Amino acid sequence: MSDETDRALESLIAAAAELLALPIEPAWRPAIEANLKATLQLAATVVEFELADDLEPAPVFNA
Amino acid sequence: MPEAMLAWQSAAAIVDAVSSGRSSAVAVIEATLTRIDASAARLNAFTAVTRERALAKARAIDAARARGAPCGQLAGVPFAVKNLYDVAGLATLAGSKINRRLPPATADSPLITRLEAADAVLVGALNMGEYAYDFTGENAHYGASRNPHDPAHMTGGSSGGCGGAVAGDLVPLALGSDTNGSIRVPSSFCGLFGLKPTYGRLSRARSFPFAASFDHLGPLARSARDLALAYDAMQGHDTADPVSAARQIEPVLPCLDLATRGLRLAVAGGYFRRGASAEAIGAVARVAAALGATAEIEIPQAARARAAAYVITAAESASLHLPRLRSEAHEFDPAVRDRLIAGAMLPAPYVMAAQKFRRWYREQVLRLFQSIDAILAPATPFTAPRIGQQRVRLDGVEVPLRPNIGIFTQPISFIGLPVVVVPVPLAPLPIGVQIITAPWREDVALRIAHRLEQDGVALAPRPAL
Repeated sequence: MSDETDRALESLIAAAAELLALPIEPAWRPAIEANLKATLQLAATVVEFELADDLEPAPVFNA
Repeated sequence: MPEAMLAWQSAAAIVDAVSSGRSSAVAVIEATLTRIDASAARLNAFTAVTRERALAKARAIDAARARGAPCGQLAGVPFAVKNLYDVAGLATLAGSKINRRLPPATADSPLITRLEAADAVLVGALNMGEYAYDFTGENAHYGASRNPHDPAHMTGGSSGGCGGAVAGDLVPLALGSDTNGSIRVPSSFCGLFGLKPTYGRLSRARSFPFAASFDHLGPLARSARDLALAYDAMQGHDTADPVSAARQIEPVLPCLDLATRGLRLAVAGGYFRRGASAEAIGAVARVAAALGATAEIEIPQAARARAAAYVITAAESASLHLPRLRSEAHEFDPAVRDRLIAGAMLPAPYVMAAQKFRRWYREQVLRLFQSIDAILAPATPFTAPRIGQQRVRLDGVEVPLRPNIGIFTQPISFIGLPVVVVPVPLAPLPIGVQIITAPWREDVALRIAHRLEQDGVALAPRPAL
């Protein structure tokens, strides 16, 4: 990821922490950032895989 | 029966001894409690020992037998459960410090109830990685579970105490949970047979969740027959678990000895070879050769499946723990806390994309089972690392250890397939091989595991204690 992406990640963490009311100490940030970065990289490999619009997501609610 | 004769006994042998009167259930349980007490400092497997309850149950079994009542199919078999199962009278810790404040459970998990209805005897609760978000068996609050084959090494997790207790001969049977590999990894690292049944097969009622759409419960033991004995006793629909399948009980014990000749078997190639150590590849080759499995197949998009499992796990577990992260983040294991907080920040479209991919992947893999009965794959990429180890060398590249422990288990539990792990007794440390079958075909996986055990290819090695 680029420096720009890293800055975006820092901004996302700061904003999400505030919105989700998560008290994050400065010392925790590097590990949270590393975890989120790794998860987003994995998520990107999933999102780039093309699937049909009408494919049902796995958990199906039955009324 | 002398205490020494009760050591390293299978559940089946204990049932035979107790049912025939060669041993009392009380003698079995007293010997078990002595071994548990003696192992505490070395293995750190138990977080609670239900001594009085166990002795009372054992006395009741002996009294019933003395009256001429028939013994249950698990008569006198001591077992223990990962401490995320509800045990009446104990707080359900799920490996955490936070849950110590919970009121004691008012009833047992239904799987405990079913095993005890068959005259098994609960002897305690077992150590685990915090909130099951773990592949190592380490725990910041209660200390690491230790591998009986070498206590400097990991048991694997998150059902670490299960691995230590069964491989360390404290009990012949333990119940664990498996979301992304937490039964299969300790089975591999500790040299045990482990069963992760089909998603929805065994009730998860009264257990502490992790990532609900992947959570499974199941047994670890030192033989395929013992897995089958426990599994048969625990089957059955339970309305208290919303995903419990409304299926008839399908006993596997009667078909354990059926021939495996004619079964269509294949080794998982591609993704399941990359990143595997020579030990992992060699163990699969040994099992495949014994079974005459020469075909190789590729499970399509397994790397993406693992990625999607990772994403959904992060989101589901973060959602579960959000209130605790807000109010008592300092009380978590720091490594678990940081993973959970990161998971809370994942954009929702990524999570839904992973769920959609899950549907596609399931259809592709189920198609494979139209022409194959079982797939063989490594359970872990390597044997048990040392406790505290942070990095590992795979394919000549040094990578972080923890996230790579489950690379071969995650793509399988992702779609709820049943798996039996069989131990291959390498020296100095064992390693496991996954036998993966179509949904609801635990019988096929257990038959194969039993065959491999009969042929001496799969074996739970006895540690030199």
